[in-house]
Amino acid sequence: MSAAPNPSPATLANLLLTGLLALGVLAAAFAVLASGGWLLLILALLFWALAWRLTAALSAIEPSSRGARTALAILIPALFGATLLLLWELAVRGLAVPSILLPPPSAIGETIAATTSLLWADFVQTVLKAVLAGYAMGCGAGFITALLVDRSPFMKRGLLPIANLMSALPIIGVAPIMVMWFGFDWSSKAAVVVVMTFFPMLVNTVAGLDAAGSMERDLMRTYGASPGQSLLKLRLPAAMPFIFNALKINTTLALIGAIVAEFFGTPIVGMGFRISAEIGRMNTPMVWAEIAVAALVGSLSYGLVALLERRVTFWHPSVRRD
Amino acid sequence: MTEAGAPIAEPGAGIGYQGPLRRLGTRLAAGRTVPILTVLAAIVVLWYAAAIGMNFATETAKLDRAAAPYTLADTIAATWGSERPILPAPHQIVVELYTSTVLVRPSSPRSLLFHAWVTLSSTLLGFVLGTLLGVALAIGILHSRTLDKSLMPWIITSQTIPILAIAPMIIVVLNAVGVQGLLPKAFISTYLSFFPVTVGMVKGLRSPDRMLIDLMHTYSASRSQTLVKLRWPASMPFLFTSMKVGVAAALVGAIVGELPTGAVAGLGARLLAGSYYGQTIQIWSALFAAAFMAGILVWLVGLAETASLKRMGAKR
Repeated sequence: MSAAPNPSPATLANLLLTGLLALGVLAAAFAVLASGGWLLLILALLFWALAWRLTAALSAIEPSSRGARTALAILIPALFGATLLLLWELAVRGLAVPSILLPPPSAIGETIAATTSLLWADFVQTVLKAVLAGYAMGCGAGFITALLVDRSPFMKRGLLPIANLMSALPIIGVAPIMVMWFGFDWSSKAAVVVVMTFFPMLVNTVAGLDAAGSMERDLMRTYGASPGQSLLKLRLPAAMPFIFNALKINTTLALIGAIVAEFFGTPIVGMGFRISAEIGRMNTPMVWAEIAVAALVGSLSYGLVALLERRVTFWHPSVRRD
Repeated sequence: MTEAGAPIAEPGAGIGYQGPLRRLGTRLAAGRTVPILTVLAAIVVLWYAAAIGMNFATETAKLDRAAAPYTLADTIAATWGSERPILPAPHQIVVELYTSTVLVRPSSPRSLLFHAWVTLSSTLLGFVLGTLLGVALAIGILHSRTLDKSLMPWIITSQTIPILAIAPMIIVVLNAVGVQGLLPKAFISTYLSFFPVTVGMVKGLRSPDRMLIDLMHTYSASRSQTLVKLRWPASMPFLFTSMKVGVAAALVGAIVGELPTGAVAGLGARLLAGSYYGQTIQIWSALFAAAFMAGILVWLVGLAETASLKRMGAKR
C-alpha cells in the first residue's frame, strides 16, 4: 500500500489536464454565451462532466500527510460549489431566465458590492442587536433553569417531557405576539429568539448534567465534595458537549427567529424586513444578496461556536487527536 | 439494622413497609404523570396571574371610563374576560378553540379546522417528498465517494444557514410563474425536512459494524443486497429519529410559507391576520392548533417507529 506514492505523478498530470480542459471548455462556453443554442448546452454539459471527473479524481486521492488531507477536504467541496455556481450562471444567462425568477450569481455579487452599507445596517439591526441579545438571554435563562431544575428530581421528571415537546413545536408562531408586546423594534425580535433558544438549551443542559458516570460521582463523594463542588468540577465539564450542542443548534434557530419575526412588523431596517420588502418590489437580486449574508452569518457563527467547543471540550473523544 | 430502642414491631420498621395509600403515593411521585401534571398546573396558575398583570392597566382604564364604581374583583374578572386582551386567559383560548372547530362548519374559512387542514396538507406533501429525497440522497452519498466528499460538506453547512429566510421568495417567485396553492408551500417543507433525513440516514446506513459488512461479503452479497438486507434495516432507528425532526421542520416551513401570500388560508395566515387586526385570542388559538398538530405528527411518527421496530423484532 505504502509502496506507490499517492498521488502518483501520473494522477497529478491527469488532474492538471482535466482541470485545464474544464477551464478551456468554460471559457468557450462563456464566449458563445451571447449566441446561445445547442453549442452552449453541449459545452455546459461537457464542463459539468469534466468538473465531475476532476472532483472524482480528487476524491480518490488518499494523501498521507494531515495538512494535505485537510486541504483536500476543503478543496473538493469548494470545487463542487464553484461548479454549481458556474453552471447556474451559464444556465440562467444561456436560457435567458428573467432575473426576477433567478438572478445569475454575478448579478447577486454586484448587488452585494453595490449595497454594502444597506446590508451592513440590516446586519447591525438583526444580528448585532436582536440575535445577540436574544441568544445570550435565551441560552443563559435555559442554562440557569436547568441548574435549578437539576436540584429536584421531581421537577426534572415534570419539566423535561414538557420542554422536550416544546422544542418540537413551531415556536416561531409566537412572533406576532411578541411584536404586539414589545413593539416593532429589535426588542420584540430578541424576545422571539429568547423563547426559541430557551428550550433546546434547557433540555440539553439537563441531559448533560446527567452525563457524568457513576464512578466519577462516587469518586467526588469519596473526596467529600459538596454538591456545588461536584457540579463545578465534574458535572459541568462533563455536560459541556451537550451544552455546546445546544449552543450550535441555537445559532441557526436564533437567526431564523429574528428574520421571520421581522416579517410580522419592523422599522424600515433589518434582514427580514429587507427580504419581504424587496420581494414585494420583485427585486430578487437584493433578496439573494440578503440571503447570502444570512448564510454567511449562520455558518460563521456556527463555526465560531464549534471552534470554541474544540477549545473547551479538548478532552472529548470526538475532538481528541491520537 | 434497626437502631437501639426502636421496637421491631413498630409500623414501618419492617423492610420498608408502607400502607397501600402511601405506596400509591410513592409510586405516583416516582412516575412521570404526577410531576408533569404539577408543572402544567403551575403553568396555568402562573398564566392566570400573568393575565391579571398584563391586562390590568388597560382594563382599569376601561372601567374608569365606564364611570361606575368597581372593586378589585371586578377588575380581575375583566382581565380574564377581555375581548382583545394583551394576554388572553387559558379558558378564553379553549373557548375560542372550541367555537372555531366544533361550532363552525369545517369547510368555512372561519373554521380553524379548515386552516389547519390547509397547513397540514402542504406539510404532509412536503414531508413525504423531503423524506424520499433525503433517503435517495443518502443512498447516493453512501455509494459515491465523490458525492460523499463534495456534496456532504455542503449539506452539513446548509444546516447552519437560516434557510427559512428563502421561503417568501420561493412563494412569490413561483406565484409569478403561475405555480400557486399547495406546491410552493410543500416545496419549502420539502426543503426544510430533507436535510435532517439525509444526515440521519447517511449515519444510519453506515451504522452496521465492520463484522456484519464482512459477513455480507462472505455471503458474496452484491452492493444492493447489502443495502436492502443489512444497511436499510440497520438504519431504521436513525430514519425515524430524523423523520421526527423533519416533520416538525416541515410544519414550520408550511406555516412560514403562508405568511407572504397575504394571509389567504392556513395557520400562518391566521397568525398574520390576527396580528394585523389585534385579535390576540385568534393568534393564540392558531398557535395552540399548530402546537397540537406538531405534537400529533411527531407522535404518529413515533407510533410508526414502534410498530415497524416491533415487526423487525427489535427489543423495546
